[in-house]
Amino acid sequence: MLVITCPFCGPRDEREFEYCGPAAPPRPEDASVVSDRGWVEYLTSPPNPVGPVEEIWWHKRGCEAWIRLCRDTVTHEILPTREVRK
Amino acid sequence: MADAAVSRSRSQRYSAFSLLAGAFRQHRGWRPAWREPPLEQCYDIVIVGAGGHGLATAYYLARHHGSKRRIAVLERGWLGGGNVARNTVTIRSNYLRDESIPFYVKSVALYEGLTKELNFNLMHSRRGMIDVINTWPKLREIRRRRMVMDLHGATYRPISVDEIRRRIPLLTGGGPQSRLPILAGMLHPDAAVNRHDAVAWGYARAAGGLGVAIHQNTEVKSLLCDESGAVCGVETSRGRILAGKTALAVSGHTTSLTDTAGLRLPLRSFNLTAFVSEPVRPVLDCIVNCPDLGVYLSQSDKGEFVIGGAPDPGQSFRRDIRQNVFEDTVCALLELFPSFKRLKLLRQWGGHLDMAHDASPIMSPTERPGLYISAGWWGGYKAIPAGGMTFAHLLATGTPHPLMEKFTLDRFPHLDFIIESGTTAAV
Ligand SMILES: Cc1cc2nc3c(=O)[nH]c(=O)nc-3n(C[C@H](O)[C@H](O)[C@H](O)COP(=O)(O)OP(=O)(O)OC[C@H]3O[C@@H](n4cnc5c(N)ncnc54)[C@H](O)[C@@H]3O)c2cc1C
Ligand SMILES: [Zn+2]
Repeated sequence: MLVITCPFCGPRDEREFEYCGPAAPPRPEDASVVSDRGWVEYLTSPPNPVGPVEEIWWHKRGCEAWIRLCRDTVTHEILPTREVRK
Repeated sequence: MADAAVSRSRSQRYSAFSLLAGAFRQHRGWRPAWREPPLEQCYDIVIVGAGGHGLATAYYLARHHGSKRRIAVLERGWLGGGNVARNTVTIRSNYLRDESIPFYVKSVALYEGLTKELNFNLMHSRRGMIDVINTWPKLREIRRRRMVMDLHGATYRPISVDEIRRRIPLLTGGGPQSRLPILAGMLHPDAAVNRHDAVAWGYARAAGGLGVAIHQNTEVKSLLCDESGAVCGVETSRGRILAGKTALAVSGHTTSLTDTAGLRLPLRSFNLTAFVSEPVRPVLDCIVNCPDLGVYLSQSDKGEFVIGGAPDPGQSFRRDIRQNVFEDTVCALLELFPSFKRLKLLRQWGGHLDMAHDASPIMSPTERPGLYISAGWWGGYKAIPAGGMTFAHLLATGTPHPLMEKFTLDRFPHLDFIIESGTTAAV
């Protein structure tokens, strides 16, 4: 079981949260210069590292904030979290 | 490389008679089931991963596409130590899409004749699966699936709650007073279970007999690229090996290898887990799947219940069970089978699988000439025979097998997704 530190509520049991997928990289600024391949990668191919990965969790059964965190896919260690908006 | 005919004559056929003869020799004359030839520096085709898919691919390549090719299978651990030995052996074809169903129908059919074909007892048991449905949206989805499946010759038919309870006497939960009363059921008579080790060993033995070289304890560290960017072999823990074609069948580890060639793929790895109970008397003769509660189970020939649930939330390269996933699965199990409260659980384990963006497999050439992948096998045990057969076709001919034409990487740039999330335990 993970303990996820919500920026508002502090450390909470993983079960209060819902995993909402990988954190998308920043959207390409100028769509007209992005190649097809670049778009496909942006839309479908997030990183799959053996190590830290950025992801979005939703504090569904808590304050309902969307938070972005960095979790290690091998150790499950969670690095400091922040609100998605920031 | 040994001549295929010679090695075939060296391999021993199993039969009641050979068992008896072995008994008279006090089981001292048995030879190893597959060869372990010395590692060479160059092969026509190198298959990475000796799991179900890698071994089946090697077998069908040697069997259907000529024995002249020098084929090697490289495995970092031991043969059949990956997901092929870690899964819950549910073999079924109740998928959603027109593209998927014919492939799975073929795979289920191939499994049925495989014991005979491989001369290896897979203990195949076509026992049927009952989907227990507790919500209206799931019921609508599953009725839709039934109609699509009807078009492709797979069988899926509704059964009443009374019929469910008659067939599964221990399923006493899910009554009108419960949190999610059972609304209906669906029977998939084609579904089967069999023995996973035997699938790996049977294919390994048959492929070895046809001249395929299987090298265990040979980890591929990276892909080798030439100046043009083509993949020309692999760097392994036992040195460099050149290959005309390199085929990845590494379930869950695909991106770790393609990353080394700077190739990005629409795949993410997740951990799926299972656990088994102590053995008890035979009380369950079909596979039970309850997608709304999130649990499925069957009883093995030894009498253990083999139980699985949802994957871990978030990408993972671990193979342990998350406490909350375990507890949720147990709660769901007890909701349906309250008497299992007294059952003791014996072992748990997990395995990492890669899932494509649309939850369907990817069998494809890549933008790197010489590199082919068979990946995204989320519920891919059932897919081993047809997956091996079609991947062998792609490697031998350079063009996808008709059953897998729609499953190449081309579907992503065109957004021609084959969305199967929800038809597996997938997130
Ligand atoms: C708990 C669980 C339950 C499941 N239940 C079902 C089910 O009921 N029905 C179903 O159809 N499917 C199920 N699956 C999925 C199924 O197990 C997989 O889709 C399938 O086994 C994957 O193909 P494979 O057999 O080739 O994989 P594997 O057996 O994992 O083969 C891949 C091999 O590649 C090797 N490898 C990896 N990296 C390297 C490297 N760098 N160099 C050399 N070798 C390497 C690995 O060691 C491994 O042996 C389940 C999976 C799990 C984990
Ligand atoms: Zn919060």
